[in-house]
Amino acid sequence: MSVRHALLALLSEGPKYGLQLRQEFEARTGDVWPLNVGQVYTTLQRLERDGMVVADGQEEDSQHKGYRITHRGEEELAGWLRTPPDLSSPPRDELVIKVLVAAALSEVDVHEVIQVHRRYLVELMQQWTHLKEDESQVDLGFALVVDAELFRLDSVIRWLDAADGRFKRAAVEGGPAPRLPLPRPRRRMGAST
Amino acid sequence: MNLELADVTKVYGEGSNEVRALSAVSLKVDTGSLVAVMGPSGSGKSTLLTIAGTLEEPTSGQVLLGGRDVSRLSHNDKARLRRRSIGYVFQDFNLLPGLTALENVSLPLELDGVSAGKARVAARQAMEQLGVADREHHFPDQLSGGERQRVAIARAVVGERSLLLADEPSGALDSTNAEGVMRLVLAACRRGVAAVVVTHDAQLASWADRVVFLRDGRVVDQTTTPPTPESILSSTPQS
Repeated sequence: MSVRHALLALLSEGPKYGLQLRQEFEARTGDVWPLNVGQVYTTLQRLERDGMVVADGQEEDSQHKGYRITHRGEEELAGWLRTPPDLSSPPRDELVIKVLVAAALSEVDVHEVIQVHRRYLVELMQQWTHLKEDESQVDLGFALVVDAELFRLDSVIRWLDAADGRFKRAAVEGGPAPRLPLPRPRRRMGAST
Repeated sequence: MNLELADVTKVYGEGSNEVRALSAVSLKVDTGSLVAVMGPSGSGKSTLLTIAGTLEEPTSGQVLLGGRDVSRLSHNDKARLRRRSIGYVFQDFNLLPGLTALENVSLPLELDGVSAGKARVAARQAMEQLGVADREHHFPDQLSGGERQRVAIARAVVGERSLLLADEPSGALDSTNAEGVMRLVLAACRRGVAAVVVTHDAQLASWADRVVFLRDGRVVDQTTTPPTPESILSSTPQS
């Protein structure tokens, strides 16, 4: 999460005080990302240095100083909103490696290993779902954050389900067990090592 | 009403055609709680639900509803139990096309001998709780998918029903409507209904108090951690 761009977004609505920025940031991310005071002010100082915000007034104390976004800041914000985040998968996804290793070891029941991870993920999802159970306590920002986490965990479970199915089919049809992926993961285009 | 399956086995066919749909499944669902049964297609989820709902008999083992062994009930008593105490929600909703929404919801009560007037009052109440009271005169094909599902749930909880059984209750609904369905099921539980939802969808299952995992007709695992929101928020990354 870029604190820098979040602050620019809040300032794009109009000038705000340092303290106000911190409170609004926390409120709009459903209080899931608590910020410490220092983080807000060092970020504001850097934004000011880079010419993306200007400070109003003579106050020395940045908590009570007013800030305003500049044209350059607005351009930076517009560019950031439309730049896709790096979603290329890591070259070594830990869970994928564990399942592949489990499959390659003849004394290990890969289905049992998959189930251990599946249960853990479902338990995590139960906790996130529980957070949105009381609708009166859930604002839009918080619901979006919880949904994002639920969809992410759900996609991992779906992968485990698909893997489970593939192993089951492979056992019926025969064929070699997957080789250990350890020696040298192939590099994908665009992925960093 | 609590539900208990004790060592339930279900075998279809004989000899080389024998298919073991459930093997020694034990499951307890307390009054007021929601249990999800998760498993891939063919794991025995739907069989488990039809046996729990007394629509099918187990080959061996017991089904206890409110502590009573269902296999000891007469055919008529079992039918009465189904009409009076058990609500079913199916993937494709199963509303009767020739009846209005209100008639669909009041039907189980009328079949049970409740007068038409009283059945309609109860049906209207259930539909109000589910936010579809203004659709009472519509026929199923005049309702949206979300509304059909609400009507189906109203029919499942109308009257004094105490056990709710749902098979993939979100059907083909989008995620917002699917969440709505699970909120309704959970609300029914908090009012004292015991509920079992079978699904392959982790997002639906995550609404349950407990998730039981079924594989090849056996219970292989279940969740243990009670939901503790604080622990998850404090572990969230800070930047």
